[in-house]
Amino acid sequence: MDFLALQTPALLQGLAVTLLLGLVSFVLGSGLGTLIALARISTFLPLRLAAIAYVSVFRGTPLLIQIMLVYFGLPQLGVRIPPIPAAILTFTLYSAAYLSENFRGGILAVDKGQWEAANSMGMTYQRILARIIFPQAIRTALPAIGNRFIALMKDTSLASVITVVELTRVAESAGSSSFRYIEAFVIAAIGYWLINTALSLGQAALERRMGRAYA
Amino acid sequence: MMDRLTIDAHGLHKRFGDLQVLKSVDLTIRSGEVVVIMGPSGSGKTTLLRCLNLLEQPDAGTVTVRGRTVDCSVRGSGRGQAGLVRDIRIRTAMVFQHYNLFPHMTVLQNVVEGPLSVRRLPRPYALEVGERLLERVGLIDKRDEYPAKLSGGQKQRVAIARALAMDPEVVLLDEPTSSLDPELRAEVLQVLKDLARRGMTMVIVTHEIAFAREVADRILFMDNGYILEEQAPQTFFSNPASTRVRSFLRLMSGTESQPEIEATG
Ligand SMILES: Nc1ncnc2c1ncn2[C@@H]1O[C@H](COP(=O)(O)OP(=O)(O)OP(=O)(O)O)[C@@H](O)[C@H]1O
Ligand SMILES: [Mg+2]
Repeated sequence: MDFLALQTPALLQGLAVTLLLGLVSFVLGSGLGTLIALARISTFLPLRLAAIAYVSVFRGTPLLIQIMLVYFGLPQLGVRIPPIPAAILTFTLYSAAYLSENFRGGILAVDKGQWEAANSMGMTYQRILARIIFPQAIRTALPAIGNRFIALMKDTSLASVITVVELTRVAESAGSSSFRYIEAFVIAAIGYWLINTALSLGQAALERRMGRAYA
Repeated sequence: MMDRLTIDAHGLHKRFGDLQVLKSVDLTIRSGEVVVIMGPSGSGKTTLLRCLNLLEQPDAGTVTVRGRTVDCSVRGSGRGQAGLVRDIRIRTAMVFQHYNLFPHMTVLQNVVEGPLSVRRLPRPYALEVGERLLERVGLIDKRDEYPAKLSGGQKQRVAIARALAMDPEVVLLDEPTSSLDPELRAEVLQVLKDLARRGMTMVIVTHEIAFAREVADRILFMDNGYILEEQAPQTFFSNPASTRVRSFLRLMSGTESQPEIEATG
């Protein structure tokens, strides 16, 4: 068990970096995803086309290639981004594409009578979105959004290829320095599993909470 | 006071694709008036109401509410036009056939959303107004329930309170009782009668003949995109000018078994 004693600090640090990557990218990706969803349902055709193109590119290409393009490719154009920001940027862009589709589905699922009631009282578009549409859309989209969040948490392991010392990379180096690969990767796997179990529980609680009005 | 104009709509045209739904409709409503609109299905009643609130933009015509005029043939969504449209929407409250309450908000939150979001009233004052209105529609004890817990009649009464909370010039009601079971209609109609008695200006699309006879100052009969006839209720029900209205009323009395038409006719 000296392996554990020796590697615990590094593993915990890796776990923290993994959490940081996942949480920050999810929050930023949600913001960007919301904007893309709104562009996608806008009545202005160029905006709609831009949103469709964006989603198509980021969903249609491997995340690993996107990460390597940002980290190894951009310096060729004179843009140098440190590993962690590069990872967050890529995960944000990538998850925004998926989340925008979830949000769009949620928004479209809101009864159009809700728009009419809000419009008929003279609410502004922003106000209608914030007060009437989003709260209902998020409730519908919550299961899909939760799945996205969990998938993103696991995807952050790809940041190891651009030298980010997150959980997977810590496990890899701990394994190779001690030749205790099984222990190292099993512990890392447990780390991801714990994070995602917590997310699932949080999601379920949120679903219950948001469902109260409809019971 | 009675002669003050609340709504003045002029030459309203509305087309959906090839279908001309409103064909040059003129409509003037005085403050305190209760106007009932009747007519066969598809005649344009709902469309007319929605055009008065500008939820639907007419292709041509003008809508004036309390001196503010929107020229509907102006297409652009320029700053000025958008502001005018909003202004008119604020002053004309809608009550929908299917209530359209906000399901994620409690009854009281539904009622105060407009006062807070649109009228920008201070919160304590808005809550006070909301509670007073819920008392008026007899639902103060439901203030913290969610709409899902209410009966249809209660939902529609909340929707009426929500409309009144905008302190509108006029309330536009589109078949407020037609998705309710007969035994729930009375409670909604009672609220509307009470509003009429208090001098609330209303335009009501309804098929409730006894109710229309009791509260309406005028009845408009729409047919095929026109206002075909415009009468005081007595004349409308007992001695309508057109055969079109006569056959409509015969049909209605057949389906709703309203003996009083025959009695006064
Ligand atoms: N958004 C729309 N798009 C296309 N056609 C529409 C639209 N709204 C209404 N119509 C058509 O316009 C006509 C008039 O509709 P409207 O709803 O105003 O009639 P109504 O008098 O309210 O009828 P009902 O008594 O059935 O409610 C109908 O033929 C309807 O199908
Ligand atoms: Mg209708």
